[in-house]
Amino acid sequence: MRVLRELTRRPSALFGLIVVVLVLLAAIFAPWIAHFSPDDQLADGLSLEGAPLPPGSDHLFGTDTLGRDLFARVLFGARTSLIIGLVANGVAVAIGLLVGLLAGYLRGAAGNLLMRFTDLMMAFPALLLAIALAALLKPSLWIVAMVIALVNWVQVARIVYTETRGLVERDFIVAERSLGAGNGRIILLHILPHLMPTAIVWGTLGIATTVLLEATLSFLGIGVQPPQPSWGNIIFESQSYFQDAPWLVFIPGAIILATALSFNLIGDALRDILDPTQRGRL
Amino acid sequence: MAFFLARRLVQAVLILLGVAAITFLLLYFLPADPAVLIAGRSATPQMVAAIRHELGLDQPLVMQFLHYVGNLLHGDLGRSYTQKTEVLPLILARLPATLILMAAGIVVEVALGLTFGIIAAVRRGGFVDRSVMMLSFVGVSSPQFVVALLLLYVFAATLGWFPMSGFGTARHVVLPALTLGVLGAGWYARMVRSAMIEVLRQDYVRTAHAKGLSGRRVVLGHALPNALLPIIAMVGIDIGQFMSGVVVVEAVYGWPGIGQLAWQAIQQVDVPIIMGVTLVSALAIVLGNLLADFVAPFVDPRIRSQ
Repeated sequence: MRVLRELTRRPSALFGLIVVVLVLLAAIFAPWIAHFSPDDQLADGLSLEGAPLPPGSDHLFGTDTLGRDLFARVLFGARTSLIIGLVANGVAVAIGLLVGLLAGYLRGAAGNLLMRFTDLMMAFPALLLAIALAALLKPSLWIVAMVIALVNWVQVARIVYTETRGLVERDFIVAERSLGAGNGRIILLHILPHLMPTAIVWGTLGIATTVLLEATLSFLGIGVQPPQPSWGNIIFESQSYFQDAPWLVFIPGAIILATALSFNLIGDALRDILDPTQRGRL
Repeated sequence: MAFFLARRLVQAVLILLGVAAITFLLLYFLPADPAVLIAGRSATPQMVAAIRHELGLDQPLVMQFLHYVGNLLHGDLGRSYTQKTEVLPLILARLPATLILMAAGIVVEVALGLTFGIIAAVRRGGFVDRSVMMLSFVGVSSPQFVVALLLLYVFAATLGWFPMSGFGTARHVVLPALTLGVLGAGWYARMVRSAMIEVLRQDYVRTAHAKGLSGRRVVLGHALPNALLPIIAMVGIDIGQFMSGVVVVEAVYGWPGIGQLAWQAIQQVDVPIIMGVTLVSALAIVLGNLLADFVAPFVDPRIRSQ
C-alpha cells in the first residue's frame, strides 16, 4: 500500500498507472466495449472505391483494408499483447531468479558453469535468435511467449547473481547457517525475500521490453498469426498501405508506445521507491 | 593488464565456440527439415533422401558438428541451400552496407546522447533535466518499426526530402540512421547523465570551479573525460547489438545489409545463412566488447597502471 501511495505521488508514475489500468480494462472488457467483432469484414466497412474508412463517428479508429473495425481489433489485440507480455516476462523473471540465485548461492564449479552459460547467452544476438526460432517453429501465441522468455531471462539472472553474491556474505546469513539452517531454508526464507524488490522492478520494466519484442516479431510476420489480432500484426497487415491509410499503422503504433512507456515509467518509479540507493541514477 | 587482456581474448574465443554450438544444436533439433524444403512439394522420398545425403544431414549429430567446426576454422561457413553459393562471400558482400548504417547510427546516438546527457546532468532536477529524462524514456519505449514508418511517412512520402527506400547516396542513409540513432540515444543520455552526476560532485570539480574556470571548461574539459568510460563500454556493446538489431530497419527501408540477408534466409529456412549471420553477429558482439576493453586503458590511466 505504501508503495502504491508513493507511486501515485509521482506525476510520471501516475500517468503510467492510469494508462496501464485503462489498457488492462480494455483488454478484459473488450467484447463489451467493441461494437463490432474484430474478425467481421463489415459490408459497409470499405468506401465505394474499396478503400478503408478513416477514423470517424461510426468507427472510432476507422477500418482496415479488409473492412474490419480497427477499434475492435486494437481492443482484442490488447488481450494478445498483454497475455504475451505478462506470461513471457513472468517466465523470464522466474528463470532469471532461479539461475541467478543458484549461481550466486552455490558458487564453486556449478555456479561458475551457470554464469559462463549466462555470459554466453549475453553474446548471443538476441533479436536474431528470437527471429530464427519464431520463424522455424510455426509461430503461435504460446510459442512467441516462450521464445521471448528464452531470450529475456539473461539480464535478470545477471542482476540477481550479483545481489545474491552480496547477500551470502552478510552476517545474518552466516548467523543463520551457524544456527543450523539448511540451504533450502536460507534460500527461500532469507535470501529470496531480499530479491523481491529486484524481481518486481525487472518484472515491470521487462513487460515493456516484451510488449515491444512481441510487436516486432509480429510486425515481421513471425509472431502471432492473423486473423488473431495483436498490436504488431495489425501493423504488419497494413504496413504497405501506410501512405494512404496512415491511421492503420500509427494508431496501434501509438498504443504500443504508450503501453511500453507506461510500464517503463512505473518500473523506474518502483526502483526509486524500493531501492533508495539507486535513486536518480540510470 | 596484459594478463587481463589476454584472458579476455581467450574468453572471447570460447564464447564464439559456445555460440556456434548452441546455434548448431537449435537448428538441428528444429522440426523444419531443410531437405524437404529444398526438394519442394512434389519430391519423392528418394529425392529427399538423396538431398539429405548430399548435405550430410544423414550423419550422426557429433560428426555433423565436428565437420561444421572444422569448416569454420577454414573460414568455410557452408553453402546456401537456396542460392547454391558459399555463405561467406554472401555475407561479406552485404557487410559494408550494414557497417555504413551502423557507423551512421552510432554517430547520431553518441552525439545526441552526449549533448542531452550533459545538459541534463548540469541542470540536474530542473525542468530541462526532467524533459530530457522523459524524452529518453519515450525513445527506449518506441517500437522501431513504427518510428521507421513514421519517418518515412513524414520525410519521404509527405515532404519528399528523402527517398523511400534503397541504397547508394548519402540521402538514403539519413532516415535509417535516424531511426536507429534517435531511439538508441535514450540509453546514452541516461548513462551520460548518471556518469556525469557522479563526477560533478567530486572534489576536484569543485576545485576547478574555485580556481575560477568557466563552467563550460569545468564540464567539458575536467568532468567529461572521467565520465567517458561507461560510454566507451556502451559503444562496444552497441556495435554488437547493431549487427543483430538492424533486421527491422533494413526490412522497412529495403537496406541491402546482412539483416535483410538473414531475414530472407529465415523465410526460406536457409539454415547455413542463418547460422552464418548469427555467428558474424556474435563475432561482432565479442569484438565490440573486446574493443571497449582495449580502448579503456588509453582513456583512463588508472586502468593502465593496474
